[in-house]
Amino acid sequence: MSDPVRSSRFDLPPDHALHRVQRAALVVGGLGIIGCVVGIFAAREAFLHAYLVSYMLFLGIGLGSMAILMIQYITGGAWGAVIRRLLESATRTLPFMALLFLPIALGVTDLYEWANPEHVAHDPILQHKSLYLNVPFFLGRAVFYFAAWIGTAYFLNRWSLQQDAAADPRLTRRLEMLSRGGLLLYALTITFASMDWGMSLEPHWFSTLYGVMFMGGQGLVTFAFVIPMAALLAERPPFSRIITPVQFHDLGKLMLAFVMLWAYFALSQYLIIWSANLPEEIPWYLARTRGGWEWVAVVLVTVHFVMPFLVLLSRDLKRHARAVSVVALVLIGARFVDLFWLLRPAVAPEGFSIHWLDPAAAAAIGGTWMWLFVSQLKTRPVLPLNDPAIPREA
Amino acid sequence: MKRAPLHGVMAEFDNPTALVVAITKARAAGYRVMDAYSPFPIEEVSEALHIHDRVLPALVFLGGLAGCIGGFALATWTSVIDYPINVGGRPLFSWPSFLPVTFETTVLVAAATCVLGLLALNGLPMPYHPVFNVPQFALATREKFFLCIEATDPRFDREETRRFLETLEPLSVAEVED
Repeated sequence: MSDPVRSSRFDLPPDHALHRVQRAALVVGGLGIIGCVVGIFAAREAFLHAYLVSYMLFLGIGLGSMAILMIQYITGGAWGAVIRRLLESATRTLPFMALLFLPIALGVTDLYEWANPEHVAHDPILQHKSLYLNVPFFLGRAVFYFAAWIGTAYFLNRWSLQQDAAADPRLTRRLEMLSRGGLLLYALTITFASMDWGMSLEPHWFSTLYGVMFMGGQGLVTFAFVIPMAALLAERPPFSRIITPVQFHDLGKLMLAFVMLWAYFALSQYLIIWSANLPEEIPWYLARTRGGWEWVAVVLVTVHFVMPFLVLLSRDLKRHARAVSVVALVLIGARFVDLFWLLRPAVAPEGFSIHWLDPAAAAAIGGTWMWLFVSQLKTRPVLPLNDPAIPREA
Repeated sequence: MKRAPLHGVMAEFDNPTALVVAITKARAAGYRVMDAYSPFPIEEVSEALHIHDRVLPALVFLGGLAGCIGGFALATWTSVIDYPINVGGRPLFSWPSFLPVTFETTVLVAAATCVLGLLALNGLPMPYHPVFNVPQFALATREKFFLCIEATDPRFDREETRRFLETLEPLSVAEVED
């Protein structure tokens, strides 16, 4: 019996550390879910806002993985082959994330003031915007986004698995064609989804850079997630022979690029709005640089940019799997703080505040997401079998 | 007949793999002072030669740091001290507007340090180099790959090194006159 997909030299060994990670994730997720269930009844609105931040973080890993996969199919590079199965497993969490969208869909009137008819009745600007910002269209758009994402992820996964069975150049070509259209679709859907779910928390405010900031953040969090996972894999053979310091060097360089990209987008938006100082734009930054939020901004500049930028310049650090993993984990934390700073001040006009439901929602979504990720990773060989970048005799 | 002093002994190969193998074997045989020449950059060659330059990255970092501080200082000095102008009632020290200049000077000085530092550390421009005394070397920019073990290597011996290089199955071996 030689079904290359069912049993291969690249199956996850039964005693691998990732199994322990998966069990731990389930415990964390279970505790988080208990907290969230209490929260739904105790503090409905606080729960929804806490949920939204964590939801955007983990949705971002799945979507970012999809985008990185497609970029890699178009541009090539051995770094993509060694993390392909990690990225694919992350994209296979997207149907689950569609399910997890339900609390947001059900809580739309509590989350967004434009969905509250009483509020809109006193707000001429929102009446004017209601052609776009209304509940049925909002939900319809969400269905479209998820259909687009899940559809793209489905074919990316399907054709990649077929390549494991037979190295067929037509499949490579097909994946490349899908990636071209898929990236365009990704850029458009992320722009609108981030507008719908994030920007419309403050429906008077608008910024054309908002969607791009989310795309950059998703790319960054994807590398920050994949690097520690690859480091766990690379601890033992056969993966240690293939995921080498050279690969970590490349992944670290890409993560550094996304750190700089994030800083570039964040500064671009700030500089433009700060320079113009217009009454319809500047309140967004005023809310985020007052009442304690300015210290969160300082933390972001330091931990999301200056510190990782400086340490990731080092060649030795990037080639050291554990060291670069530590930087990556810090960056996942920084992403969470960034999303918190982007989304929460919209509903915290009195100043910085953090609710006990924030860590609870992060644990609930993060734990279950991580559990699902590892169980998806187990279903296939952890490295692609027929990629020219992966040596055949290893 | 008195023989001319040597720069080293050079072997010619017709593919990059042979060159990398030759370097690895030469290092295993104890040779350290050598250089390789190829028509295009080969990552494995620098690894095989154990070239890990730490001077240039440090210089570029310092250049970038100087550009960063210098650019910010320039913008601050011009806007706050030398030629203060009230722009829309903003404070004179409006640091967000200094950041694009700071970024540009950081990149500019770092890049200039990189190019000039590279030339300086390589000793370029170099009007004379002994390897060009070997006629075959003209092909080093087209299709041939060369390994030169230099005479300053402690293990270098005119005859023995030549015999060693001949065991690596090169296309040719030539003495490089200094």
